[in-house]
Amino acid sequence: MMLDTPETPENAEDAPAEEHGDHGHHADEPSYLVYGKEKGFASFLKSWLITVDHKRIGIMYLISVLLFFAVAGFTAIYFRWELMTAAPDVMSGDTYNKAFTLHGGIMVFLVIIPLTPAALGNFVLPLMLGAKDVAFPKLNLASLYVYWAGAALLVYAVLGGGFDTGWTFYTPYSTTAQGPITWALLGAFTLGFSSIFTGLNFIVTIHKMRAPGMGFFRMPLMLWALYATALTQLLATPVLAITLLLVAMERIMGIGIFNPDLGGDPVLMQHFFWFYSHPAVYIMILPAFGIISELVAVHSRKRIFGYGAIALSSVSIALIGFLVWGHHMFVSGQSELSGVVFSFLTFFVAVPTAIKIFSWTGTMWGGSVRFNTPMLYTLSFLFLFLIGGLTGLFLSTMATDVHLHDTYFVVAHFHYVMASGAVISFLGGLHHWWPKMFGTMYNETLGKIGAIIIFLGFNLTFFPQFVAGSRGMPRRYHEYVSEFEGMQYMSSIGSFVLAFGLVFVLCYLLHALFKGKPAPDNPWGGVTLEWETATPPIEHNFHHTPVCVRGPYDFPEIDESLGNGHH
Amino acid sequence: MAHAHADDPNRPEWVAHFFHSKEQQLSAAKFGMWLFLAQEVLFFSGLFCAYVAFRWMYPETWLSGADQLNKWMGGLNTLILIASSFTMALAVRGAQTKSPTALKVNLLLTILFAGGFCVVKYFEYSHKFHLGIFPADHYAYEGSTGLMPIFFAIYYCLTGLHMIHVVIGIGFLSWLLFKTQKGRFMDGNYAYVENVGLYWHLVDLIWIFLFPLLYLVK
Repeated sequence: MMLDTPETPENAEDAPAEEHGDHGHHADEPSYLVYGKEKGFASFLKSWLITVDHKRIGIMYLISVLLFFAVAGFTAIYFRWELMTAAPDVMSGDTYNKAFTLHGGIMVFLVIIPLTPAALGNFVLPLMLGAKDVAFPKLNLASLYVYWAGAALLVYAVLGGGFDTGWTFYTPYSTTAQGPITWALLGAFTLGFSSIFTGLNFIVTIHKMRAPGMGFFRMPLMLWALYATALTQLLATPVLAITLLLVAMERIMGIGIFNPDLGGDPVLMQHFFWFYSHPAVYIMILPAFGIISELVAVHSRKRIFGYGAIALSSVSIALIGFLVWGHHMFVSGQSELSGVVFSFLTFFVAVPTAIKIFSWTGTMWGGSVRFNTPMLYTLSFLFLFLIGGLTGLFLSTMATDVHLHDTYFVVAHFHYVMASGAVISFLGGLHHWWPKMFGTMYNETLGKIGAIIIFLGFNLTFFPQFVAGSRGMPRRYHEYVSEFEGMQYMSSIGSFVLAFGLVFVLCYLLHALFKGKPAPDNPWGGVTLEWETATPPIEHNFHHTPVCVRGPYDFPEIDESLGNGHH
Repeated sequence: MAHAHADDPNRPEWVAHFFHSKEQQLSAAKFGMWLFLAQEVLFFSGLFCAYVAFRWMYPETWLSGADQLNKWMGGLNTLILIASSFTMALAVRGAQTKSPTALKVNLLLTILFAGGFCVVKYFEYSHKFHLGIFPADHYAYEGSTGLMPIFFAIYYCLTGLHMIHVVIGIGFLSWLLFKTQKGRFMDGNYAYVENVGLYWHLVDLIWIFLFPLLYLVK
């Protein structure tokens, strides 16, 4: 593993150094993973904990996020086990409520929101820009510590008896129920700041620190996606912050803003909540779009189809995302007019999203598609996200939504968009950037097997939920009528397969980390700037500021004489 | 490692290694602050929305609620904050012209104005508490009509959140003063002064909206 052999990247480098850039002249410089190691373990650990290096912060985020992903995943397995039978046999109703709240709360606030921007994004964003770090490295480290503080508050709330409000903290239940809900609210409030810090940092970095020659329209699409995500993080999260603060104040001192007895309005809380939490789903999905744009182009060896359309559709999704929150509230008593307007605006989001799906498919058409692990995740994403997106239209149509509201159909829909969007694309991105991050290659065959197991497990888990939901199975019940038992049973088996797939991936990746073959600097033939530096990168990314001389998808094998990327 | 631009004689020492030039660093710092202010505005916007919703639902409560507030004290605080914004702007000017005295004096004046604001607010709050005007649940004042608890819930949330920002501002201003005393900000690296200035102007601006919305409803 590279921790033991800092010279690994140079060993792996067969081609003359001059061809790759300048790092060959500094063959003695250790990678970002190992510098500070020579002074013993304690100071090495300290050099990680107080680092301002975006790559190390990204790796620490990655570890933290995956840890919580495991917790949330095993919680899900636990209640899927309960749901295998119609009767309540594994856990009490109270435990079940706490378990799904734990799963939802952790997955949303601690896993999916930071998963791609803070973990992968932190690592790749400055490298792709050709920058030596983000604009505010200390703020970046602060965001990680704020994340840990928020996570500690949430964990404290869980250990102090748990909370069963659902991740949405709807009033009046969240203001009247017993339990450590105030701590959970403060935890989510704190986590919001971590997200804001990351977003702010990324926007400034993208605006101010692009390499010479890199205009906005020469940026890799991953950066456009992270930019749109950061805008949403910055502008939506503070509204969640004030909402959670008001709910906490309600609990602590009965402020009354959401209490109808005092003239307050509980529906106002839902408006505030979804004003954040709908854009938050774009915080989760936009980075996924970025990853897929990179993967589909690099592994099809073709210029991306519709670069401008993909770039601008990310920004327009971020903007339209602020105007659709009312579609979560079709049955909450808002006026019919608002319902119609929100329904219409929601349909509108489908347009830029469809543009993206179309462009990715168009990129593969006529390309030299490599069916490797990142590509399998990309295809898996396209398939699953299409189902998730189209079922979203059922839910944005008011008449069908009234029927499907609060059923498993909704659960299946948001798992198809969120879990496929964020988790599947993240796995694709992790495999794509893994060699750059850790300097080793994973086993390609195992990678493909893992991707296929996850794809099958995912569909087996969530597809039956569409059927059960459309037939009326409500969400959030641990005991249900026996006609749904077959579907629930299938879903539970699927979740076990999915969990097995994820553990399988973890195993071979850990093996690759310690025993994998050294990776070359540019295993996929990418032409974005992160592939121009050493593998794994040195502490300051580049010895000399790189100059961006071509578009992000101008692959050398593209035959220019045929025009427009066909070859 | 040695950096490529370490030998550049025109590069001030305070420019971080990952920036090409001091201009890049300064503009990044200022842009970051503007983004932070945008996020602050959205933080307050939730409460402003609640204000609009409840005022629309209970217009007469808002009329009688404003009667309970002391316009003169509110007006005095408005003047104090506007004056403090002026001295803050002069402080930034002091940093730009490399005049430590102007910077120190104006920072001190800004802190004093901010303190004055807190004193006036203290008298306002304590008078209300004395009458039993607490937010919502604890409201105990008999001499008013309408849904006063919800008006005062909004009043205390908005002014309280603003007050927290004033106190944080005093902290930042004192830190600037302390660092100026130690000779900082005279080498062209005054982004901190400018950014605290921007923050302070926003705090002032929020109050300029709060004053008419709460005190001058009639």
